[in-house]
Amino acid sequence: MKALRNYLDKIKPNFEEGGKLHAFQSLFDGLETFAFVPRTTSRVGSVNIHDAVDSKRLISFVIIALLPALLFGMYNVGYQNALAAGQLEQATFWGMFWYGFLAVLPKIIVSYVVGLGIEFTVAQWKHEEIQEGFLASGILIPMIVPVTTPLWMLAIAVAFSVILAKEIFGGTGMNIFNPALVTRAFLFFSYPSVMTGDSTVWVNQQSILGLGFTAPEAYTAATPLGQAAADGFAGFDCQTIQNAIIGLIPGSIGETSVIAIGLGALLLLWTGVASWKIMCSVFVGGGLMGYLMQVLGLTQIEWWHHFVLGGFAFGAVFMATDPVTAARTETGKYFYGLLIGIVAVMVRVMNPGYPEGMMLAILLMNLFAPLIDYCVVERNISMRAKRAIKK
Amino acid sequence: MGKLFSKENCEVFSNPLNLNNPIAVQVLGICSALAVTSQLEPAIVMGLSVTVITAFSNVIISLIRKSIPNRIRIIVQLVVVAALVTIVSQILKAFAYDVSVQLSVYVGLIITNCILMGRLEAFAMMNGPWESFLDGIGNGLGYALILVIVGFVRELLGFGTLLGFQIVPDFCYENGYMNNGMMTMPAMSLIIVGCVIWAHRSINKEEK
Repeated sequence: MKALRNYLDKIKPNFEEGGKLHAFQSLFDGLETFAFVPRTTSRVGSVNIHDAVDSKRLISFVIIALLPALLFGMYNVGYQNALAAGQLEQATFWGMFWYGFLAVLPKIIVSYVVGLGIEFTVAQWKHEEIQEGFLASGILIPMIVPVTTPLWMLAIAVAFSVILAKEIFGGTGMNIFNPALVTRAFLFFSYPSVMTGDSTVWVNQQSILGLGFTAPEAYTAATPLGQAAADGFAGFDCQTIQNAIIGLIPGSIGETSVIAIGLGALLLLWTGVASWKIMCSVFVGGGLMGYLMQVLGLTQIEWWHHFVLGGFAFGAVFMATDPVTAARTETGKYFYGLLIGIVAVMVRVMNPGYPEGMMLAILLMNLFAPLIDYCVVERNISMRAKRAIKK
Repeated sequence: MGKLFSKENCEVFSNPLNLNNPIAVQVLGICSALAVTSQLEPAIVMGLSVTVITAFSNVIISLIRKSIPNRIRIIVQLVVVAALVTIVSQILKAFAYDVSVQLSVYVGLIITNCILMGRLEAFAMMNGPWESFLDGIGNGLGYALILVIVGFVRELLGFGTLLGFQIVPDFCYENGYMNNGMMTMPAMSLIIVGCVIWAHRSINKEEK
């Protein structure tokens, strides 16, 4: 660490105003503050809230919390591949894991290179400090797409969402919509044939660098939700639900395992990065709506099955709780979460076109979060005004 | 002749093409720009129709502007526009039936296009026929220009074709290229119009 610090200090003058590598100043600054806490202090006379943990460190917690789901997702990619080839007996744990690792790694690299490339360019162009928001989005994006998504599509979608959902609103902390979900929404509406559940997109069927297996014939694996939508929501058997809790089902890379997501959720709640109010109320809203749908006879799916299938748990833990796009008032968080859960289950059950409603629900509520906050604040003002008049 | 193409008249014609573009600057006529631009051909036809209607309604209103009672001027303008729209619609049905089917109600809805009423109220009611004609042509072509840009991008990326001819070569599709389905949706045309306005404003920043 010491050697790195010395090295950075040595090359630093090159990047300052007038140095020969000034064009890469924001890149240097971004990497330096990623590795070390910045030494600069705030100017006298400005008002600041001080915390030992800055937003780079905050986002590091999110990335650590995502690791269990990501690692399990890699394993599941290999597992689904072996299952598709009918070679499950021959496959070893590490063989399956490394296969998944090789399948997922290019997506992570593409997502970071494109996203950070745009962020660095914009920061340099506007003479601003690099904003770190993309560190989390960059790893979230590969986790919410099917494993067979072509890399060029991913690159276009990431560029689209970083420019049009984030930078034009003013960058990190100013965006209305969650950039990771905008990426997925772009892919979902632009290239529906590689994003939806009734085809071969969820399982990688080619071997990579000699690892894994090539499926002998095209293997069709729908996600359980996609299957249910095709069968008219006939409900799920015990085995499917058990697999869904462990995560051994076809699905987007990071969303399948409820256990791994739960580990991440515990870390986020323990460190206070994510709001428990949002997280819990998403589940409450989804449960209520699922129960209502079940009682009304619109669906055969048990109310709690919604939690373990598809992207519900992943969205509730990692997407809905994004502090930038969620409601900011404490009361507003309950309503925000409740409505996400309600809308997600409504889309799942009542809209035959989209078996998965979590993405659309969160994006919709992103839009309404400022309105929720406004109503909460106004109500508070009027209540206090009344109280003051009474006395 | 010199008077017909004086500097003022040239500006009346050229301003709406760029600095005072009806879509990019005045942000008028957005609805039809979103609705008809999924392919290039209807976009061109729509742009030309609007150009013709704007030009001639401008001329007609300008000719009779002194005899229109002020209180009922909107009704008079609407009657003129409606008559011209009907004529254009019938001509399209007669000579370009396929395109008129594609454009469906949007030809009829030219009557509600804000650009028309805007030009009639703001220009034709106060200026002579020749200036009004130039203004109508300029505004119509300014509108058509944006429509063609949006239609070009949307047809190229959404269908891989231009005017119905395949542009994206076959080997791209064989190597995994796919048309962007979102380009064929109206939502994306709003984003493209936004990007056009963005580009237009950053180019013309100094001139304001």
